Amino acid sequence: MREELLNILAEVCEEEEVKTDLDLELVESGLLDSLAFAELLARLEDELGIVIAPSEIQRTDMDTPAKILALAESRKQG
Amino acid sequence: MNFFEGLPFFLCLIPVLLAALALGIAQKPLRYYTLAVSLLLIVLVLKDSPRQLFYLAVFFFWEYALIRGYLILRGRMGRKGGLYGLVMAAALFPLAAGKIAGLWGSSFFGFLGVSYLTFKALQMIIEIYDGVITAAPFLEYSGFLLFFPTFSSGPIDRSRRFGGDWQRTLSREAYLRLAGDGIWKICLGLVYKVVLAALFYRGMNLAAEGKEWYMAAAYAYAYGGYLFFDFAGYSLMAVGCGQFLGIETPANFCRPFVSRDMKEFWDRWHITLSHWFRDFLFSRFIIRCTRKRWFATRLSRASAGFLVNMTVMGMWHGLSASYLLYGVYHGALLALTEIWQKKSKFYKTHKNHPVYRAVSWFVTMQLVMFGFLIFSGRFLELFG
Repeated sequence: MREELLNILAEVCEEEEVKTDLDLELVESGLLDSLAFAELLARLEDELGIVIAPSEIQRTDMDTPAKILALAESRKQG
Repeated sequence: MNFFEGLPFFLCLIPVLLAALALGIAQKPLRYYTLAVSLLLIVLVLKDSPRQLFYLAVFFFWEYALIRGYLILRGRMGRKGGLYGLVMAAALFPLAAGKIAGLWGSSFFGFLGVSYLTFKALQMIIEIYDGVITAAPFLEYSGFLLFFPTFSSGPIDRSRRFGGDWQRTLSREAYLRLAGDGIWKICLGLVYKVVLAALFYRGMNLAAEGKEWYMAAAYAYAYGGYLFFDFAGYSLMAVGCGQFLGIETPANFCRPFVSRDMKEFWDRWHITLSHWFRDFLFSRFIIRCTRKRWFATRLSRASAGFLVNMTVMGMWHGLSASYLLYGVYHGALLALTEIWQKKSKFYKTHKNHPVYRAVSWFVTMQLVMFGFLIFSGRFLELFG
């Protein structure tokens, strides 16, 4: 799942670096804007079966690839 | 009497806040007090209009019945799109009916605050659908919906965030820090609204005397200044009063006139409204389009999203030609900004250059001011 998720993230952010630098800042840098964020949620649900609602989490809970991975993994188990 | 205007309101507000201060210092819970003074102030403001009070009461119980009913059905049936759509339509009905009846000059379901209260009720229903809200205690709902500082014009809080503040009892130190900052916000808000907004208002009236293009431009700038200081001043006072009651209502403005593009502007101007639309309309529209593959490219999807989002926002302000045009104008600007930032090589290589930043800021401000000219109704009046 890890690899799939990072591929999706790289596509929505249009930045390959998210796959290697897991602590890359995504929100302030503009890589994960509202649009990319919404697309990420759509694809998480469609491709990985992970449902996260747009208002459920704060942007600061998903501002690095590592945090997104951790959140997705906790949802997958939960 | 009206919220945050005139002597009678402030004469009521002072004892209300002083009693809250006494309770806060004594480290007593503030929630029931907050609900009681909210009811009292709403009744005092609406006392000359029993019709509005009646509509408010119907609205209040109608939305609560929908929320409780939907909680039960959502628990039994899960995430069902059809049922969700039905409940949303029913929750939106009072506002939509009121706006449409307003076109014929009727005041059906028109009452102070209906536009803002509808946001709060809709947010709860959407998050019940999401599975994020699983309970809605009556007193907490009442406190959230009727919270007097934000009753008439926001800022638009979120029920789960509000609920956390509502349940807690602060230590004396934490309360005093919050209330102290509240005093500062109320004073700053008063200066904004009573001094600065009034000043820009006079400029606006002067500029309204001419019909030349430069007078229209002067009117746009004066109106922009008036709108900002009036609304930001009101919002600051609302947030400050909330802090006296232990509630940290989110801020509505964050230096909007330093924005360097339209996307940044909407992150700084009427923030609680634009973030509400971002979370509950834009994101969901984009998610739907992505999953159903409605548009061929990301940019066309985003552009459609911005247009739909801002047009609905315009309609929410009112069903007049000026508000609709205002919505479409901002939707188009956001779409163009997105296309420029994603496609332009020039943007990518120069975006951090000081000259680019200065020019980008200047252009953004002119676009913003032109938007205010549309919003004020003056643009269609002069050139429509």
